[in-house]
Amino acid sequence: MADLVRLTIDGKPVEAPAGTLVIEAARCIGVEIPAFCYYPGLSLQAACRMCLVEVERAPKLLASCTLPVAENMVVRTDTPAVKQARRSMIEFLLTNHPLDCPVCDKGGECELQDMVFRYGAGESRFSEVKQHVEEKRFSPIVFFDAPRCVLCYRCVRICNEGLGVRALGIVNRGVASEIGPNRGDRLECDECGACIDICPVGALTSGIYRYQTRPWEMQHVGTICTFCANGCKTTLGVRNHRIIRGNNRDRSGINGEFLCIKGRYAFDFVHSEERLQTPLLRVNGELQPVSWSRALAAVAEKFTEVKARGGKFGVIGSNHTTNEENYFLQKFARQALGTGNIDHQRTGDVATLLGCTRSLATVADLYSTKAALVVGSDLAQQHPLYAFQLRANWRHHQARVYTVTEGPVREDQYSAGRARVQRGEELAGVERLREQLKAEPELVILFGDAIQGEAVRKLVAFGDSLGIPVKYVCLLDYSNSRGAADMGLTPEPGGGLTLPEMLAAWDLDVLWVVGANPLKNGELAADGAFVVVQDLFLTETARRADVVLPAASAYEKSGTVTSATGEVQALRAALKVMGAKPDLEIFGLIAREMGIDLGVAMPEAVFEEIRQTVRGYNVPLPVIAAGGAAQALAPEAPVAAAGRADLAESARNTLFTSGTLGRYSKALNSVEEAPGGLYR
Amino acid sequence: MTFSPELETRLETLMRSCPPGREASALIPMLLYAQDETGALTSEVVEEVARRLGITPLQADEVISYYSMLRRRPAGRHHLQICTNVSCMLRGGQELYGHACKRLGIRNHEVTADGEFSLEEAECLGACSWAPAMLVNYDYHQDMTPEKLDRLIDSLEKKH
Amino acid sequence: MLYNQPSPLEVKVLTRRFGLPDSQSLDTYLATEGFQGFRRALEMKPEEIIGEVMASNLRGRGGAGFPAGMKWSFVPRASSKPKYIVVNGDEGEPGTCKDRLLIENDPHQLIEGMLIAALAVGAAAGYIYIRGEYRRLIEIMDRAIAEAYRKGYLGENILGSGLRFDVYTHSGAGSYECGEESALLESLEGRRGVPRIRPPFPAVAGAFQCPTVLNNVETLCAVPAILRDGGAAFAALGTPKNGGTRLFCLSGHINKPGVYELPMGFNLLRMIDEVGGGVWKGKKLKAVIPGGSSCPILKASECDLAMDFDTVAKARSMLGSGGVVVLDEDTSIVSLATRVMRFYQHESCGWCVPCREGTTWLRKLLERFHAGHGTLADIDLMGDLARNMLGRTFCPLGDAAAMPMISYVEKFRGEFEEYLNRTPGGPLGRVTIDG
Repeated sequence: MADLVRLTIDGKPVEAPAGTLVIEAARCIGVEIPAFCYYPGLSLQAACRMCLVEVERAPKLLASCTLPVAENMVVRTDTPAVKQARRSMIEFLLTNHPLDCPVCDKGGECELQDMVFRYGAGESRFSEVKQHVEEKRFSPIVFFDAPRCVLCYRCVRICNEGLGVRALGIVNRGVASEIGPNRGDRLECDECGACIDICPVGALTSGIYRYQTRPWEMQHVGTICTFCANGCKTTLGVRNHRIIRGNNRDRSGINGEFLCIKGRYAFDFVHSEERLQTPLLRVNGELQPVSWSRALAAVAEKFTEVKARGGKFGVIGSNHTTNEENYFLQKFARQALGTGNIDHQRTGDVATLLGCTRSLATVADLYSTKAALVVGSDLAQQHPLYAFQLRANWRHHQARVYTVTEGPVREDQYSAGRARVQRGEELAGVERLREQLKAEPELVILFGDAIQGEAVRKLVAFGDSLGIPVKYVCLLDYSNSRGAADMGLTPEPGGGLTLPEMLAAWDLDVLWVVGANPLKNGELAADGAFVVVQDLFLTETARRADVVLPAASAYEKSGTVTSATGEVQALRAALKVMGAKPDLEIFGLIAREMGIDLGVAMPEAVFEEIRQTVRGYNVPLPVIAAGGAAQALAPEAPVAAAGRADLAESARNTLFTSGTLGRYSKALNSVEEAPGGLYR
Repeated sequence: MTFSPELETRLETLMRSCPPGREASALIPMLLYAQDETGALTSEVVEEVARRLGITPLQADEVISYYSMLRRRPAGRHHLQICTNVSCMLRGGQELYGHACKRLGIRNHEVTADGEFSLEEAECLGACSWAPAMLVNYDYHQDMTPEKLDRLIDSLEKKH
Repeated sequence: MLYNQPSPLEVKVLTRRFGLPDSQSLDTYLATEGFQGFRRALEMKPEEIIGEVMASNLRGRGGAGFPAGMKWSFVPRASSKPKYIVVNGDEGEPGTCKDRLLIENDPHQLIEGMLIAALAVGAAAGYIYIRGEYRRLIEIMDRAIAEAYRKGYLGENILGSGLRFDVYTHSGAGSYECGEESALLESLEGRRGVPRIRPPFPAVAGAFQCPTVLNNVETLCAVPAILRDGGAAFAALGTPKNGGTRLFCLSGHINKPGVYELPMGFNLLRMIDEVGGGVWKGKKLKAVIPGGSSCPILKASECDLAMDFDTVAKARSMLGSGGVVVLDEDTSIVSLATRVMRFYQHESCGWCVPCREGTTWLRKLLERFHAGHGTLADIDLMGDLARNMLGRTFCPLGDAAAMPMISYVEKFRGEFEEYLNRTPGGPLGRVTIDG
């Protein structure tokens, strides 16, 4: 590269692109320069003064977080002056710090503790009275303890710049300065907790986690969030089979920095008192707890009997269960029950998209594309990771984002072009942006359920007509909505019943519902149908069941899920909940009880079968096994779009709702913003 | 929220003095002039100014809590700022301020019970060569003595 | 409006209209060579105007003493962005009260200075940022601006030259920190007075992120005379590298406190004795703060020096903003230090750690010391804490607090030690820090 700059840091030669900050250049050669306020990806502050370094010929120490590299620059980070400066900064920082580490949630993973440990100021000469301010509760999620705050402004910046929420600011002046929430004494925001995770000290703590544990007492399990389809990795902190917190501090997922309230705090549905922990069997009209063997026997007996007499099955799969479970379920239905009546609650028409293009975007593409078009979705509410990525792309690379939506959306803050349309008029809105879009070098189009069937084909034709590379994302609602479609939880072409058709079929003999709640808003026409439900909770559908089998949640099992962008990632079991079993295990038990052989009902074995049989899923195993994401390719040949094209309907979840699971999260329902009425 | 026609004109002039699209730049003078009329920056006033400038009330609050002249609660009708900084201190500013406290029976940032007077121990007011100096609202009184202060307060009381 | 008698030793260039009847009016201004510098500048190329200001050796009167012509030359002429002239009228450095007089007595001189700067850099608008307490000055300035518009000296096609220039006043609302130029720009844009990361400097990205000339009131008020009489004539009034006259504000223990316009390089002792009438009450001189409270103190024995930027810097202090504070033999340096630190603590914006925490620590320490609860170790600590701040803060306010503190302890250590054995007291013994 022509514009490489050569300098030395602590005597070591370094080459870095022009514009690189000294603190980053040092990091590249393993020289760690301490900092509180410097945070990659956020605006520069130069406020904490921890990163001061000596630069030859400079009259004083310079802040390396705002100092670009220069040719022949000679930087030293290890001189007595630098060490003394760091020690004195920490001494200053600690003057008004309460030093309440023994009761601080951050203890053990606090950057201030680490800095004192590494850089000194072990004793203080401060003997004056400390500034004290009482702790404040900004929301059920966010608590603020001003005396612990080092005023690095990371929280303010992640909220303003990263999320675009602008819920935090700085009030007062001088030593009285403190973080202030947007509603005077409380927060009205996404409640995502990004401010808490980014806080280097214990100033911002979460109402969910505080005073629960010491960090080193937890096991940390990186898995995939089980709510929306964005595929964020969340690291669950588990102690004694209880999840204490969720965060993403290792930033190894496709979501990097990002998690929303669901990924960070809504795991508590797992511990809901309403979790089913024993099978239920309808006896004399009432659902009664029974043993697994009795419940499984009842299911197997019924399935075998109905199969034998050629009766009518209906199978409804889940948007949350794993690919392995979805695959095994459809195989069970097709091979063992001999039915093509298979479906799931479709939230977007990804099937048609996969039928007309192989050009699919990843989450990484959203951060690197020069331009993006959002059609018919309030991204910040419904697909917060994608909204975060696009905003970061705009902040860091000046990406141009266009929106075609019914109402105002957060992307309006920075969008390069927008069209407001009535629902159903989205394609016309897209057309209005044609000239602008045509001038872009490339484009990613994200579209919601407003675009289905023929409209998807038209949208792709529009993309083709622009004469630039275009990639697509079909926005879906849930953690494995995409996998459900990919694994074949769709009616057998030419005769299989769709979900509404199953509910309407008066002559249905068996309805098998796995991780879905179709009767919440629907009615089952077949009064006499034998209903089997696998679920975590006694949902509306489970109440109608003849047998209810308690299922494990995604946080209690392994397997893979596929995000809306087609990225396949592995779940890791974080805990066990007594009495509940993973759906795959339940399928295996039913099969065994029926005396049929569908292969080993183990995630690894099923995944291997998926890799060999499901088109596009021959993804590299090591990537998945190592906790990475691999995009499932769209099949070479168009997939026949299954069933009717207008079936998909998004639940329009907000940040504070998520189908059935969301109803059982106290955290999600505790905030004032829930269920999205107060806040947009 | 309605302002007087004079204030409306002032606020419009201030907004027009900013480059187009940069109207929020006028925030600080707008708040100060609004405060002069309303006595204090109540939530109602702040929300109105923020609305006109397209900023959030939090953004306004960041500013209000930073600048020492902007206040959420009303000061007295006569707001006395007495400088005790170096040049004034050297010529009796401290004593002048102490005298004012005694005379009015209030301390720093307090308001008399009748709402007539409020007191502030001020930082340098820019009258160092005519010290000690003080402000009553926006009017300077220089080369002050405790006796002159008494006469000043007497006259202000009479004005009422 | 004059608050003190002029001195015969004054050389009146900027203050020549002070005390004239109706000195705020444009008519008076025009009758006394007003706008002649601007008329000359209209005939000149921008680089010639800048050359004239460079030749004048005019250095920034706000405190830093940066050559004004050079500052102007940093504005990228080719930039397609609008350019601005911003006047720093946030006078707040304790000991300084000169900009106030310049606006009060001769507002049109400032307007003319801005117009000349506008010609030099191609600016189309200017803002006069004035501290909020100076409301009456804003009113005076507003009236002068309105008159200048009415009579064709502002607005479109000024004096038929085709030049367009608009001037607005902009009020502050109580923050010393806004006198720092990048904090002033933040304030001008409606935000907290927190300085900006530099570079970029205002010349490149100033007001509204556009190229900006940012000068102190007094600096711009010197410009009309420079263009009228030539840079060389102005330079000749002062010493080499320190052109012209400046307004010195004499305050403290002196017989004739006041603002006096004297040539750069005027001897400090002569200033005290001959201009200021000597130390008051027949007392002996103890020390002088030569340029506002942020400047290291000079002991009486160090005061026989020329008051220009370089000579005072050589004496390890600063000429600063022209606030000369005279201290008599009875002055308590402990009280002085306590009051000065209280000020900087009160005005610290809170952005960076060493200034926010350092000034607070020092203030608490000094107030405790002043109240009679000090120890010998505290004296070392004061100096140490100030040195830990010096050169390490985000903006110069930290240095402004640290430098005088270091000088007090270094030069008057004995007095601090002695204070430990004295009955404490005085009116400064409060330890409250308000939010």
